[in-house]
Amino acid sequence: MSEALLEVSDLHVAYGQVEAVRRVSLSVPTGKIATVIGPNGAGKTTLLGAIMGLLPSHGTIRFAGERVEGYDTEALVRLGMTLVPEKRELFHEMTVLENLELGGFSRRRSGESRAALLNTLDEVFALFPRLKERQPQLAGTLSGGERQMLAVGRALMAKPKLLLLDEPSLGLAPLITRDILATIAKLRDTGLSVLLIEQNARAALKTADYGYVLETGELSLQGNADELLHDERVIATYLGKR
Amino acid sequence: MDATIAALLTQDGLTNGSIYCLLALALVLVFAVTRVIFVPQGEFVVFSALTLAAFEQNKLPGTVWLLIALAAVAAFADVLSLWREPKRMLRSMAGTSLPAALAALLVWGVASAQMSFAIQVLATIAAVTAMGPAVYRLAFQPIASATVLTLLIVSVAVHFVLTGLGLLFFGAEGVRTTAFTSESFTIGSVSISGQSLLVYAFTIFLVIAMGLFFKFTLFGKALRATAANRTGARLVGISPNFAGSLSITLSAAIGAVSGLLIGPIATIYYDSGFLIGLKGFVGAIVGGLASYPVAAAGAIFVGLVESFSSFWASAYKEVIVFTLIIPVLLWRSFTTTHSEEE
Repeated sequence: MSEALLEVSDLHVAYGQVEAVRRVSLSVPTGKIATVIGPNGAGKTTLLGAIMGLLPSHGTIRFAGERVEGYDTEALVRLGMTLVPEKRELFHEMTVLENLELGGFSRRRSGESRAALLNTLDEVFALFPRLKERQPQLAGTLSGGERQMLAVGRALMAKPKLLLLDEPSLGLAPLITRDILATIAKLRDTGLSVLLIEQNARAALKTADYGYVLETGELSLQGNADELLHDERVIATYLGKR
Repeated sequence: MDATIAALLTQDGLTNGSIYCLLALALVLVFAVTRVIFVPQGEFVVFSALTLAAFEQNKLPGTVWLLIALAAVAAFADVLSLWREPKRMLRSMAGTSLPAALAALLVWGVASAQMSFAIQVLATIAAVTAMGPAVYRLAFQPIASATVLTLLIVSVAVHFVLTGLGLLFFGAEGVRTTAFTSESFTIGSVSISGQSLLVYAFTIFLVIAMGLFFKFTLFGKALRATAANRTGARLVGISPNFAGSLSITLSAAIGAVSGLLIGPIATIYYDSGFLIGLKGFVGAIVGGLASYPVAAAGAIFVGLVESFSSFWASAYKEVIVFTLIIPVLLWRSFTTTHSEEE
């Protein structure tokens, strides 16, 4: 495994008395896709929220060698980590273009030129031509698939080193899910590292390089994605017979 | 009532309404971004008028001490909360205490050098605007994620503290600043004062400037984004503290300009801010604290109602204005769907 870009060790996240995530240690190597699969309520979204600084947690989180636990979400975005949340969290009353522009907010604030942002915008449009057509449209009027594209596009505008994706397939037709996952694989090939959270275990493991299984807040299994795809326990619980 | 009186009352109502309109827009802005119902909005108006009046009387404005006090307390708060992270502490101070301290220096300089009226006006705007970040840092940043009710209670407390500080630093005397112009124009039998026209022009200018700011600038879009979706805004790197501080600073700037506009029209005391702010608030409520154009129209309507009711039933002027809020709330409660607080 190449050097880890994100390294989480012994992470605990609690909502009051209830520990939703316990003793989780995982890593995302540079330029690879790691996925966390698991049933509803296993703590997957909580895990991502904690890594992204949206929820308080205990444990250590290293990003590009730097200890970042306790950092604000905004500081993590500046360092090169972005999250595409399950609910997308788009700015519905703003246009597609404005949403994308705001994706580059922290780059603009740290002094990058407009031209650099326009370059990234072109890259995003090349990846999702549909967004280019929809530029002047309000984000709230987009279809589910287009919204997911916009959410991913907005995250990419920050030029992240690590992309955290929470259930990109949620509520989308299988064909669109396949497209989006294919795009993510394409992004990996350009050097982006991805931590992908998915309920759709088969699709996730087919896309990812490495996988973790999260059950009731703890990691129960991990291994190369191909191995997990053929692991009997994974097949029995998450993949079913084909 | 004949046409001349009606025209005069309309002119008066539009003039006050324009100022309420600016305040209403500031209230909508602050509420949308921070969920704070910004009661102390009127205090900025008052401090602005009192500062300019002190300049005109060749006195050192109490603003200097107010700014120094705000800067010192904000710096102390930063040291207390961030002493472990010196870099963040200095960054926070550079955004709150430093502008307040610089503005204090500016006011002191302008007062002691007895500079021209135009410079006094600019110094007044700078001084009142510089209070914005410190007020946000001290009162609202520590409780930014609290409920709307908690934020409102703190907002009321800030209003009382600022009023008290106003009495301490400016004294209890009322002031009236000189009008920007003494020109007047006559159309038919109605004379229109230059000051009124100036108020309209400034209001229109500020409304357009705000519109352009929100539509075309990065920071304007960042404020809209925060108002629309706080989590989404954080995920693109917009800090809620940055947005909150910016919105209150803008509202302080709007308050400062409003104070300059209202200073020659009404006598301003240290505690006049509440009633002025409240009338802006009635306008903002008409717009449901969400719609800028409706809030603006509502505020101008408030100005007109106030002016006509002062002619027909001057003793009940305020009662009539504030009673306006009841039918508006009734109408809103029937027409809007209830939305859960985040």
